[in-house]
Amino acid sequence: MTGTKPEALRIENLSIGALKDIQLTIEPGEIVCLSGESGSGKSRLLRAVADLEPHEGEVFLGEANRDNFTAHEWRKKVMLVPAESQWWADLVRDHFCHPVPEALAALGFEPEAMDWSVARLSSGEKQRLAAARALSCQPEALLLDEPTANLDDENTQQYEDWIRRLIEQENRPVLWVAHDEAQMKRVGDRHFRIKGDHLETAR
Amino acid sequence: MNVIDLAWWELAIAAVMVVALAATSLVARLDVGKPILIAAARTVIQLSLIGLVLEALFAVGSFHWVALMAGVMLLVAGREVMARQKHRLTGGWAFGIGTVSMFVSGFTVTILTLTVVIGPDPWYTPQYAIPLLGMLLGNTMTGVALSLDRLTEAVWRQRAVIENRLMLGQCWQEAIGDFRREAMRSGMMPMINSMAAAGIVSLPGMMTGQILGGSPPSVAVKYQILVMFTITVGSGFGAIVAVSAGSRRLFDDRERLRMDRLSAGKA
Repeated sequence: MTGTKPEALRIENLSIGALKDIQLTIEPGEIVCLSGESGSGKSRLLRAVADLEPHEGEVFLGEANRDNFTAHEWRKKVMLVPAESQWWADLVRDHFCHPVPEALAALGFEPEAMDWSVARLSSGEKQRLAAARALSCQPEALLLDEPTANLDDENTQQYEDWIRRLIEQENRPVLWVAHDEAQMKRVGDRHFRIKGDHLETAR
Repeated sequence: MNVIDLAWWELAIAAVMVVALAATSLVARLDVGKPILIAAARTVIQLSLIGLVLEALFAVGSFHWVALMAGVMLLVAGREVMARQKHRLTGGWAFGIGTVSMFVSGFTVTILTLTVVIGPDPWYTPQYAIPLLGMLLGNTMTGVALSLDRLTEAVWRQRAVIENRLMLGQCWQEAIGDFRREAMRSGMMPMINSMAAAGIVSLPGMMTGQILGGSPPSVAVKYQILVMFTITVGSGFGAIVAVSAGSRRLFDDRERLRMDRLSAGKA
């Protein structure tokens, strides 16, 4: 991702919607999985960490408080990849910060995919390219919202392998919203379930 | 030159044609009959009243009355801008931004035109000031209303795109940039079209009115060009102010897209 020193992502006393006083620290290189019923606030929690919605609480990257960064600097460091990615320009390439041929190859794309027209992308291709696009902006932490929801089994496995490898290499914290228990067991170092207004450690 | 005055019964003939149009649309179930009749009735009442007001105003000609009249026109235009938006900024911002942007551009351009270009003595002479301001406000209102409506509508529909761009670390100006340009474009389109078509496709309304009223075409043409330029400048700067202020208001100081600042709009 970047040459910067890997830092932990620390969430303190965060309240948004039904969730109250959430405390969570994700160490560098750790994947924390989050599950919960639909409407329980998983996505909103990610949105709050990325500072996309008004909420209470603080978030730190290492020792640096989020408030010390401008909002767009913060979102570039702590990048949220939404469940439904959006593509506004004509070509795939126009959405990337830098070319990332290795990421594309690991996700099963030829380098020419950068020159594809956005209009012809399938939902699965969009979801995988959205992950590569986020990586191309060199984030220091990732917030993934059901990143394999539109993928078939083969692509899901490819995606999981890629992220695991990447996180081990780059040593970055990841918060991964999943609804599939099996996936949580495969990729997550720790699992939490949203229970009412708090997070509960899941087995 | 002689001005042929119109008798009221002659206008009644035109009114019968409007009623015929409304009746046709009623028969054909096109659902525009009622709004046509209401708008036509409003035209008659509003213009008759303004005729009386203008006659009185021209007779007095004092600055206070001209200023009061201008203020009332501005407020009405501000309300109209607000009414034309489907998704409005809440908390008085829809009215505020519309009114302020029309004030900034409409009044500045009117006063500049009066003092520097036309130069009546005194500069606020109502025969010049009020029609000029009216024409400017009317068209600036269209530009501001169109651009604000387009902006808020686009944000309402394309919220996910804007937020995804924010997630990728774009600043708010970049994330909403496409929609700002689109909004600006639709605000300016009516004036660009009417300048491009002026004299070829259509004889502009003001020039037609002046010629019918007895002015020589050469004078009418010069006034028309002046008016079109001032209207373009007025509605252009009005739209710029409105789009800038409107899009700023859609984000807070942490560059979050605040959909809670937009009303849901009528179904």
